[in-house]
Amino acid sequence: MALLEVQKVGKRFGGFVALESIDLQVREGERLGLIGPNGSGKSTLVNCICGTLTNETGTVLFQGSDLNGLPAYKRTRLGIARSFQLPRPFMSLSVAENIRIPLLFTVHAREGVKRSHADLHDRCDDLLRMVGLQDKAEARPIDLTQVDLRKLELARAMGAEPKLLIADEAMAGLSHSEIDDILKLLVRLNEQGITVIMIEHIMSAVMSFSQRLAVLVSGRKIADGEPQEVVRNPEVVRAYLGQ
Amino acid sequence: MIFTYDLFINALIAGVMLGGFYVAVTIGISIAFGILDIVNIAHVAFIILGAYIAYILNSLYGLDPILASIIMLPVFYALGVAVYQVYYVSFEKRGQEALRGLAFFFGLLFITEVGLILVFGVDYRYVQAPYIGPSFRLGDADFPLRMLVPCVIALIMFGLLQVFLSKTFTGRAIMAVSQDPLALRLMSVDPIRIKRIAFGISVATAAVAGALLIIIQPVEPSVGREFIGRVFAIAVLGGLGSLPGTVIGAMLLGIMESFTATFYGPSWAPAVAFGFLLLTLAFRPQGILGR
Amino acid sequence: MRWSTFIIIALAIGAVLFGTMRWFGNEYYFFAGYVVLQYVVLATAWNILGGYAGYVNFGSAAFFAAGAYSTIALYKIVPLPIPVLIVVGGLVSGLIGFATGYLTLRLRGVFFAIATLALAVVLQTLIINWDFVGGSRGAYILRPNEIVILGSYIQYLFLMMLLLAIVAVSAARLIERSWLGYGLAAIRDDEFAAEASGVPTLRMKLIATTVSGAFMGMAGAPFPYIISFVDPASTFNLAYAVNAIAMPMIGGTTTWIGPVIGAILLGVIQQVATVTISSAVNLLIVGLVLVAFVIIAPNGIVGLFQSWFGRRVR
Repeated sequence: MALLEVQKVGKRFGGFVALESIDLQVREGERLGLIGPNGSGKSTLVNCICGTLTNETGTVLFQGSDLNGLPAYKRTRLGIARSFQLPRPFMSLSVAENIRIPLLFTVHAREGVKRSHADLHDRCDDLLRMVGLQDKAEARPIDLTQVDLRKLELARAMGAEPKLLIADEAMAGLSHSEIDDILKLLVRLNEQGITVIMIEHIMSAVMSFSQRLAVLVSGRKIADGEPQEVVRNPEVVRAYLGQ
Repeated sequence: MIFTYDLFINALIAGVMLGGFYVAVTIGISIAFGILDIVNIAHVAFIILGAYIAYILNSLYGLDPILASIIMLPVFYALGVAVYQVYYVSFEKRGQEALRGLAFFFGLLFITEVGLILVFGVDYRYVQAPYIGPSFRLGDADFPLRMLVPCVIALIMFGLLQVFLSKTFTGRAIMAVSQDPLALRLMSVDPIRIKRIAFGISVATAAVAGALLIIIQPVEPSVGREFIGRVFAIAVLGGLGSLPGTVIGAMLLGIMESFTATFYGPSWAPAVAFGFLLLTLAFRPQGILGR
Repeated sequence: MRWSTFIIIALAIGAVLFGTMRWFGNEYYFFAGYVVLQYVVLATAWNILGGYAGYVNFGSAAFFAAGAYSTIALYKIVPLPIPVLIVVGGLVSGLIGFATGYLTLRLRGVFFAIATLALAVVLQTLIINWDFVGGSRGAYILRPNEIVILGSYIQYLFLMMLLLAIVAVSAARLIERSWLGYGLAAIRDDEFAAEASGVPTLRMKLIATTVSGAFMGMAGAPFPYIISFVDPASTFNLAYAVNAIAMPMIGGTTTWIGPVIGAILLGVIQQVATVTISSAVNLLIVGLVLVAFVIIAPNGIVGLFQSWFGRRVR
């Protein structure tokens, strides 16, 4: 059974078809890359999976259960987390408090057993260390650099202790070494057992990270398979890579 | 409650004419809120201001209120531009429009109302014009001119704006600015300038709406508050961002209020608008023709 | 500081305040003090939803009036002691808050704000047409002259409002520092991201709306007793709507002490102004100060202090 199953998911905005009958499966522990031109529907698909948008047609199954009608916060509690393309930190909270939010509302809510304050503190600390922000725990998001904001974004997503992490263009606009940092982080998370869907434009990162590659163009999936084969697919080259 | 054909027809006609007037009152909000996404709750204050200015010009110079409002159009346009500039610099640019922008407009609404109380007191004011008083009869139906003239003027104003927004370059830029500011920039049109023009127009309509208001009924400073809910009810009911939707919403509300006032008593009429607003928000927030 | 310590300190301050005022013995001070404390409760209540969660309520007068008119309705049946009336007022207004929230909080915050505007007018229209509570003509309440131990009934009302203010402020502080406060802050900062982080946004907004409405109703419940004559015009007064917003925004919306500062400052100024200048001018000044603060000092007086002394906003 796949961890995530997207079955014939469709989404329109008025007359504009953002997603047309998308089928996608993600196995547990897999590293999936999702690529496509701007406006092809990648973020819309993420939003439909996570529940921030409602798909009109089709079903999203997570661990076999239908997510239809489930609000976003419940999906997070089930184990789906995402980072946002443009970082959206909680500006009035410190870095540590930002991470504490998903810990408070997802991890603690999920297990049912009341965790202690100390436990919360420890988990928060671990996450900060994982992304290398432990020295900036009391800093405000407004004082962080771009790459630190991306790290915070990922740390916050990880704060929900997900089974599936969707990283939406986490590396956009970063330098080579910064991209490497994020990449290493994602690989490490995957090694710990977390399934990762990486949405990216940076082909070198996508190719080195993905075990499987899916391509979205104009709301439709045009390719899905081994990365090396997908990038040689003439339709993919024409629609996306030839740019 | 006596239900006669006579009452029914006249309530219907009064409702339609009232609806027409409501178009004038709401069109500014349809532009500001529906298109520009600016929650200008001070709009009703501008309308009342327009009413009082029409009153002054009418009582001092005997100027026809509608004429007075047309003369005041550029002044109100300038006011709108100025208010938008403050709003943009203080809130939109900083991304704080949610809480602070609302508080800002609320403050403006409040200052205007209290300012008017201080200058004019709480007595009702009204204007004199040759069409206030006489009625036009057609069989059983009664068309009081003081309702008919504002209705016609309002619909003319709507027509002109609709043409402007759909046929002229600036007009179409205004329609586009909320949906795709990037595209506008690519055409080297400054979205901020467009929004400023649009908001100026929005407030300018208040000049006319105010004159129409004081033709229909006597005005005192707190009258504006009754209209806040009406205006947003119509905008939401008709569908935000759709000017034709505004007309439909306005007509519906006018007719409903008219029937309520005729058959249940006028003191219930304000509740109709607001009750409808709450219901619309609860069950069909995108309205009838909404995006 | 622990919650219990905070309440003890607050009660101590309250006791000192009450004792000092009794020593002065001027009945008018008790009346003015009542009004200021009433605003402390209203401002604090508003801020739980407006400052903590970022959802603006323009219809504070409606919730306040619901409390006042619950008292009148009950008075016509059987007069009850003030604490009971306060609880009833809180329940009624809390219910109204819950209902309004349930209908509109799924939409953008702007629609909630508009709905609260609408609510005030709907409620006012209903009251005007409800003859049992006096309709537009108003209703009289016979205020008892005396009460056991304290003597003056006005002092008793003042004491009640003082205790209510302490409860309200303590509750606000408790919420602010609890998981509820964190969740509301996340909602205020970025509702989308909050929901994606597992925050049950709708549920938390509903809690905030209900609590906020309830406290406003509690503030309104003793109102008929202090002014003896209640009519829709005085109860749905614009002053409540604007002050409930202006006081927290001027004082500072991110923490419990902001509304308190704003309420005491503006409340006292307005009491002085109403006596010396007209009440219309006084309201005008409030409006001007509100707009000025919103533009220039968006984090209010608390924010100004914190930027001078370099401390965090939250």
